[in-house]
Amino acid sequence: MATTDIKDYDLRAEELIRDHGVDDHFHEHHEGDKYQSSFFSKYVFSLDHKMISRQFLITGIIWAVIGAGMSVIFRIQLGYPEADLQWLQPLLGKWINIDSAGVGTLDPEFFYSLVTMHGTILIFFVLTAGLSGTFANFLIPLQIGARDMASPIMNMLSYWFFFLASIVMFFSLFLSTGPFAGGWVAYPPLSALPQASTGSGAGMTLWLVALILFVISTLLGGINYITTIFNLRTKGMTFWRLPLSIWSLLITAIVGLLSFPVLVTGFLLLFFDRSLGTSFYLSEIFIGGEALDHVGGSPILYQHLFWFLGHPEVYIIILPAMGIVSEVLSVHSRKPIFGYRAMVYSLVAIGFLSFLVWAHHMFMSGVNPFLSSIFTTFTMIIAVPSAVKVFNWLSTIFRGSIRFNSASLFGIGFVSMFISGGLTGLFMGNSVLDIQIHDTYFIVAHFHLVMGVAAIFGMLAGIYHWYPKMFARHMNDTLGQIHFWGTIISAYMVFWPMHYLGMFGVPRRYYSFDVFDAFRDFGGLNEFITIGAIIGFLVQFVFIVNFFYSMWKGRKMTSKNPYKATTLEWTTPIDTPHGNWPGKIPTVERWAYDYSKNGEDYVPQVIPLREGEEAH
Amino acid sequence: MTILIGLLLFALLIIVLIQVSRITEITRALRGEEDWKWVNSKRIGIWLLVFGVVFILLTVGSAYYYKNYMMGYGPHSSASEHGHAIDSLWNLTVFFTGIVFVVTQFLLFYFAWKYRQKKSRKAEFIHDNMKLEMIWTVIPSVVLVILLLKGLIAWNDIMADVKDDDEFLEIETMGMQFNWILRYPGEDGKIGARDFRLTSASNPLGQDWTDPKNLDDLQPSDIVLPVGKKVRFRILSRDVLHSFFLPHFRVKMDAVPGMPTYFVFTPSTTTEEYRKQLSEYPEYQVPADPDDPEGPQKWEVFDYELACAELCGNGHFSMRKVVRVVEQEEYEAWLKEQTPYYFGSIRGKDSDPYKDQLFDSEIEDRTKNFENDMYEAMYKELEEGEKRVYQLDNVQFQSGSSELTELSTYELQNLADFMKENDELRIEIQGHTDNTGDEADNITLSQNRADRVAEFLRNAGVSPDRFSSKGYGSSMPVESNDTAEDRAMNRRVQIEIL
Repeated sequence: MATTDIKDYDLRAEELIRDHGVDDHFHEHHEGDKYQSSFFSKYVFSLDHKMISRQFLITGIIWAVIGAGMSVIFRIQLGYPEADLQWLQPLLGKWINIDSAGVGTLDPEFFYSLVTMHGTILIFFVLTAGLSGTFANFLIPLQIGARDMASPIMNMLSYWFFFLASIVMFFSLFLSTGPFAGGWVAYPPLSALPQASTGSGAGMTLWLVALILFVISTLLGGINYITTIFNLRTKGMTFWRLPLSIWSLLITAIVGLLSFPVLVTGFLLLFFDRSLGTSFYLSEIFIGGEALDHVGGSPILYQHLFWFLGHPEVYIIILPAMGIVSEVLSVHSRKPIFGYRAMVYSLVAIGFLSFLVWAHHMFMSGVNPFLSSIFTTFTMIIAVPSAVKVFNWLSTIFRGSIRFNSASLFGIGFVSMFISGGLTGLFMGNSVLDIQIHDTYFIVAHFHLVMGVAAIFGMLAGIYHWYPKMFARHMNDTLGQIHFWGTIISAYMVFWPMHYLGMFGVPRRYYSFDVFDAFRDFGGLNEFITIGAIIGFLVQFVFIVNFFYSMWKGRKMTSKNPYKATTLEWTTPIDTPHGNWPGKIPTVERWAYDYSKNGEDYVPQVIPLREGEEAH
Repeated sequence: MTILIGLLLFALLIIVLIQVSRITEITRALRGEEDWKWVNSKRIGIWLLVFGVVFILLTVGSAYYYKNYMMGYGPHSSASEHGHAIDSLWNLTVFFTGIVFVVTQFLLFYFAWKYRQKKSRKAEFIHDNMKLEMIWTVIPSVVLVILLLKGLIAWNDIMADVKDDDEFLEIETMGMQFNWILRYPGEDGKIGARDFRLTSASNPLGQDWTDPKNLDDLQPSDIVLPVGKKVRFRILSRDVLHSFFLPHFRVKMDAVPGMPTYFVFTPSTTTEEYRKQLSEYPEYQVPADPDDPEGPQKWEVFDYELACAELCGNGHFSMRKVVRVVEQEEYEAWLKEQTPYYFGSIRGKDSDPYKDQLFDSEIEDRTKNFENDMYEAMYKELEEGEKRVYQLDNVQFQSGSSELTELSTYELQNLADFMKENDELRIEIQGHTDNTGDEADNITLSQNRADRVAEFLRNAGVSPDRFSSKGYGSSMPVESNDTAEDRAMNRRVQIEIL
């Protein structure tokens, strides 16, 4: 039987099956899969991309709670600088200083640790691993029609390196000298010299180790995603038939593969400066009462290496969210995504340009002003494909028949956040305006809206949308809607007022604004922001309860394709086995967006074109 | 206890959420999937539209409310010449992005409401439109080109360094954990050389004192700038990254160890003028200190400030300096009051490479002072029992010997010259010691020291009958001999005018 089936397969799939010797289990033993025979091999060291994706997701959610919780603590400090924080002592221990009157205050060093860890955790562990790790793993094989990743072992290792990185980073939170406190960008000399900040001692060492492990994880994953998309597409799945989610994950993986190694280079040189006495980034420093031997290095070099990843990194975060939202909005509007090719070209353009804009983080670093002019130009250009995407999303819901649920609401919320945050990019990216708003609350507002909250919205849209596919049950939609309204309102409460602080020049990363006449007048706004942050944090528990409760008690999925979507993942059985399709892998006959075409609600990708039907 | 209550509340919250979830699932099942769908659709559609409209009103409304914090409006106008270019580009960007913001946000929520799922609605198969794609590629591009060109022109203008023939004031500022150190050039208009290896507690900038350009450099505690004069800040750091941020002047530049950076600008509004501007706005017509309603108002105590804008450690938020912009005359008067750092803190100390020599100006000063003091000693009205005594502070001996230090000759030469000019003057040269050691030795030492001075006068050609010399040992202390300082005061050579 196996041999007769094989001849229907795409040649590549045939080779895969021959090389791996797994043809039998695909057809006869889906339940008692030989790779998933024990608890450990099924839930822990699983090779199944769907399980690995769930591992990434749950680890990401845990980190998101930790990272967001940190922001609540430092927001309390900023919103209520006079408040007695003694009640936090059981949690933070010696980092709450109790004065003679019994009033507890947050230690400034730990305030900076919280700010630093919040950034590192959210950017790398939540919005890179948690977002692309989850959805690249989950969607790539399912949507291109593959049984698994090209290398399931590498895929598993990718998660376990991330897990290791998580352990190291988590451990660093408990050091007596505190976790790293020099900002998520870790600029030397602050990050290179333990004399400069207590967090730059052991805390920084663990930070570096964790992030290098993390980059290994990202690279193992990225190579796999690219290889899988190039080689394991099912018969008929041409590049122009890929759903936009896959396109965005492909571009993301390529961008990551090209930029993360540069970050590691930067980290290694930093490690050498810290441990071996080299002077890549250090020069002419007098600190702690002594002049150091280092001469000839340049801290600017680190900034170049860091931002060569650092900027593409924000696209690594936002591109998957864009792809997910494109998919979600199209499915729930019952309409094709508007301008599919324009969307692909703009993804490619954004991916390419993301390598040419990094120094816009460094306009005020002392680089040559002419260099800044070049980078301003490219930065302004990157706004064009971003604008194209927004208009295309708007046109996608235009004249649709929008089905409101948690997923589509978060999709709409994503577009709103992306517009709000994206437009302020035109202020930040124009070097001359950056003079005033660089490193103020304006940039905090900008990047949180455009790649922080927006990416979280995209991720949540994806979770709500694909949850039935992941866990064979639905999340509760009412709780999902409470979650949506709470999140969008509190997110704007937090980040919109920050624009006003930033315009006035209030610098970011200030423990207290009392020292300056100019900055201390914003007590009311800061309090408002903090209230928003607390509400926003609490509302996330609605999601978490919903997420875990629905896993066991949620409404059961009754049909394979609850959303009446066209893409391949909805052709798999409700309880999707390892290998995804119990029988043959379906072949693809059309693009992914035949919704409401010729009066039909939807036409799945596996249905051949009807006679006289126009292909897209 | 609080934690326990917290945990209980948290558990309660979870139970409530789970119950909500169950009830809604049951309602959904009871109502029937179809019916539930339409009700849901209408309700959420309306909510989205309401949210969209309220959101746009709140954002635009709050932007209007906070307009006084915005650049180029209200009190927060630029205090530097280049800042106005930034402010105008800012406003142009607000204009364009504001339109796009309102239109796209409105369309998003309006479409969501308008095209919600309804029984009567069928989605349309609209998948592409080349013309539309071109329109929304070209229009943003044109707007961006406008913003970009204006930006680049202003940028190149603002960031240009001074030219050779420019007249400007150069001020150095160095960031350190957690303070700023300022350095103004002295009379020579030049800033002296520095080397980070020379840095110490008393030499915070690592100035090289063998470079004569350093000797007149000032290290004032505030930044004082003459209005309307181009100033070039040379920005340094001695430990980690800092950033030199003058929000009112639209100035920001990182301070990088090992790589001096700069920012050139021209302050255009004096502190006084800026205060006057502020006085017109109600938010500045309130007491500066809320606890003191009778005290000065906010606008009266306004000062420009320098802040750090690059995370530099746990004191990052406290690196403040006051900036004062004043008229040229006031600036010059202020400059005159400042003592060069070298003369205030280094001169004569161990780290002073010139401690064994005097500068011409110091010799002149000493001569002038000596003459004035001597005349005063000669002609002052004496009180009961007082003698006409002048203490030769600048005449010093090697420790424990009667060997004169090199610098003492200047003072002794002054004495000799003075005696030649005033030939009626007769003096006794008196040596004194403190009370430590053997008194016989003290008397010998003080006698030898007095003799040594007498010898100098003789050699300088002063007639020997006009002076005598005598050692008094420790018999005539001027201070108590209890502390080291007091004892130092007692070890002295003085002259008594006879």
